[in-house]
Amino acid sequence: MQEHSVYPSMKALMFGWEWPPHNSGGLGVACWGLSRAIAAEGVDLTFVLPRRVKASAPWAKIVFADLSHLSPEMEALRERLFSGYITAEQYELLKKEYPELAHLQGSLFDEVLAYGINARRVARLESHDVIHAHDWLSMLAGIEARKVSGKPLIVHVHATEFDRSGESGMYNGIYHIERMGVHAADKVIAVSNYTKQILVRYYGMDPARIEVVHNGIDQDDTTVVQSSEEVMHALKRRGMHIVLFVGRITMQKGPEYFLRAARRVLEKRPNTVFLFAGSGDLERRTIQEAAYYGIGDKVIFLGFMRGESLAKLYKLCDVFVMPSVSEPFGIVPLEALANGAPVIVSKQSGVAEVLNHALKVDFWDTDEMAEKIIAVLEYEALRSTMRDNGKREVFGLVWKKAAEKCNRIYETVVQSFYSQGTKKAG
Amino acid sequence: MSSVCIYFHVHQPYRVKRYPFFAIGEDHAYFNNSDDCDLNNARIVDKVKGKCYLPANRMWLESLERHPQLKLAFSISGTALEQFQEYAPEVLASFQQLVDTGRVELISETYYHSLAFLRSMREFREQVALHRKLLYDLFGVTPTVFRNTELIYRNDIAHEVADMGYRGLLTEGWDHYLGWRSPNFLYHAKDRPSLKLLLKNYKLSDDSAFRFSDKNWAAYPLTAETYGDWISAVNGSGELVNLFMDYETIGEHHWEDTGIFDFWRAVPGEILKHPDNDFVTPSEAIARYRAVDEYDVPHYLSWADMERDISAWLSNPIQHDALRAIYEFEEDVRKANDPALLHEWRKLQTSDHFYYMCTKYFADGDVHKYFSPYDTPYEAFIAYMNVINDMKLRVADALARAEQAPLPAQEALAEQTLTWKERLRRFFLPQYD
Repeated sequence: MQEHSVYPSMKALMFGWEWPPHNSGGLGVACWGLSRAIAAEGVDLTFVLPRRVKASAPWAKIVFADLSHLSPEMEALRERLFSGYITAEQYELLKKEYPELAHLQGSLFDEVLAYGINARRVARLESHDVIHAHDWLSMLAGIEARKVSGKPLIVHVHATEFDRSGESGMYNGIYHIERMGVHAADKVIAVSNYTKQILVRYYGMDPARIEVVHNGIDQDDTTVVQSSEEVMHALKRRGMHIVLFVGRITMQKGPEYFLRAARRVLEKRPNTVFLFAGSGDLERRTIQEAAYYGIGDKVIFLGFMRGESLAKLYKLCDVFVMPSVSEPFGIVPLEALANGAPVIVSKQSGVAEVLNHALKVDFWDTDEMAEKIIAVLEYEALRSTMRDNGKREVFGLVWKKAAEKCNRIYETVVQSFYSQGTKKAG
Repeated sequence: MSSVCIYFHVHQPYRVKRYPFFAIGEDHAYFNNSDDCDLNNARIVDKVKGKCYLPANRMWLESLERHPQLKLAFSISGTALEQFQEYAPEVLASFQQLVDTGRVELISETYYHSLAFLRSMREFREQVALHRKLLYDLFGVTPTVFRNTELIYRNDIAHEVADMGYRGLLTEGWDHYLGWRSPNFLYHAKDRPSLKLLLKNYKLSDDSAFRFSDKNWAAYPLTAETYGDWISAVNGSGELVNLFMDYETIGEHHWEDTGIFDFWRAVPGEILKHPDNDFVTPSEAIARYRAVDEYDVPHYLSWADMERDISAWLSNPIQHDALRAIYEFEEDVRKANDPALLHEWRKLQTSDHFYYMCTKYFADGDVHKYFSPYDTPYEAFIAYMNVINDMKLRVADALARAEQAPLPAQEALAEQTLTWKERLRRFFLPQYD
């Protein structure tokens, strides 16, 4: 606490990409939880988003990099015509500066580049001691801001292109931006040791420059159904055991391994149902595969779910499985645990590092996955012990811990940054 | 005059391998893990043999030769003795050598190091009898003093043990039940003055068993001389210092490079430096000293953890469920009348199986305190329950067989039991046989 007096209030400029409820994945949720906890630590926080959305956060000053005021109709039109109010010259200049990016195409990349350009103005206007950028989408913005203000940059890695598409992804532009970003940073924060290892192995990072800060969960983040009466009613009605998968149905999330395990479980326990809550590019193929295995009637696809209805699913299910092939952290199992579901997670996930009261399995070992699913379904005492201990454990993994760690990193980075600076000056 | 009673506990369980659900009904071998891991029973015995049993036995044998006054006591569980016979006969031979000196007393316990007293007193008594028989067969001795699994004690256990004819019992000397009294005297059980109690001096015992290699401990490094002084300091305020601990603390928990062997090699000499000190075995202590008071323990007491209760083995739902499951088919296992099956069922009663399922250490994230060959308590439970389910199938099969055919034992019995006329004829007219 006394360290705060050295830096009366640490000013952090945080670059994010999305913000709940306008988010498509875990990044927005993580930024939301982390920024709130960091602000509670006494940090003066400015949170930057690439473009104007309805975003509110009483704990931080929210700033939009793209200042254009447009009606929704105009916005749509603009998106079709240009990408932002940035001239092509500016793009070309930036592309010259980063030759790796010269060949990049597509509107997402344009957005990222625009964010980088706009970040310069933000960095000039907003006073700050440290810059904190989340994932590849905001890395360029972070690097540009650092150039303008000369303040230290912390890059926070929530996921890597390696997780999203395996080694094949290591030759595309995203990989290049990520590589550039983590190397340009004064400090890198990884969401797990698992991710840290990926950064060391595939991005040539020095492990000493990476700090691990595990994600957290706050009790009010998760939608916890208050009236359990209805749930109990449904529990009594159903005669089947329910195994739940929640997440995008994409290669990264391992739906095919889940399906293989399902097939094996059904050999021994025909009264089991497997639920997919989510959608994605592999959905159609997964449905076909289930039919091909002859277990189509036992596999149910619910589509994308959120909020109350998802919370209900967690409460109803007998076991939640996250069979991800590569998961930097994985916040979904925490939500499942918070809602009282016993959890099985793949060992190829960051969340496996912080959970004691979960069963862990290699995603490819579908026999073992089936073993564990059966065990949880078979032994009521196992379910209740995992439920009770898991729920208690998950509410200990609060964002506060992550924020404290981030704040310590800010201080050490800023301190070493200035001591280096004075040395140079002297 | 103050006497020192050194007692070591030797135990190895039969660890259950990672037994998959899909093996139920097909694989009936539960304890035969042969990988390079801590579920491999043969491997563990071999490891502890080299680190502890052989060098420690050699050390004590030499000390017994050097100090004619030195006495020791051991309890060795049946499952440990069985594994020594199977995997390391030289360990058994060296324990036999120790006992043959006549100055090493063996203590009685349940053969399977079990928690049977929680569920079935019949089973408890039978396991004690099996252990007595094993001690007689292997060492030629009959024990007169008892120790329960993990020194677990309660008044009703004492009553049972007293009724079985034991003169003494070893348990924990815990402040909660001692109050202002000292553990350094002989006590007797509540309502059973005939059963004398030797209470562990946990402070002095834990100094050498737990704290010995702790570098943050104020007394580190503990020398035999200091330890001898501490023990001698009891003179005048106590008659009997009971140092009770796991034998594996020598060499296995504290490795040889901590100096634990040199420490114990020097301790007897340091204790004997004081002319008023001597050594006793538990039965000698009972013969020599008068019980000063009654030790009333209405709730379960053990020598484990700070809680000194049985929560390490029985506190969460999976432990309760596993205990229920194993004793639920006691009747059926007995009726099945298959000695091999009965033996396996009993191996599954060993307390260690329940200890591995304990989540209380796990809850604080303090996983280091927790010795288990399984990754998580849940995995221990899963393997155990799958095995139980397989065993249930085997018991059901055996019961079906037993109902069909007359029991072979009964047939044999019928042949042996002669009518009174036949017996008279044979007695008076043997020449006609």
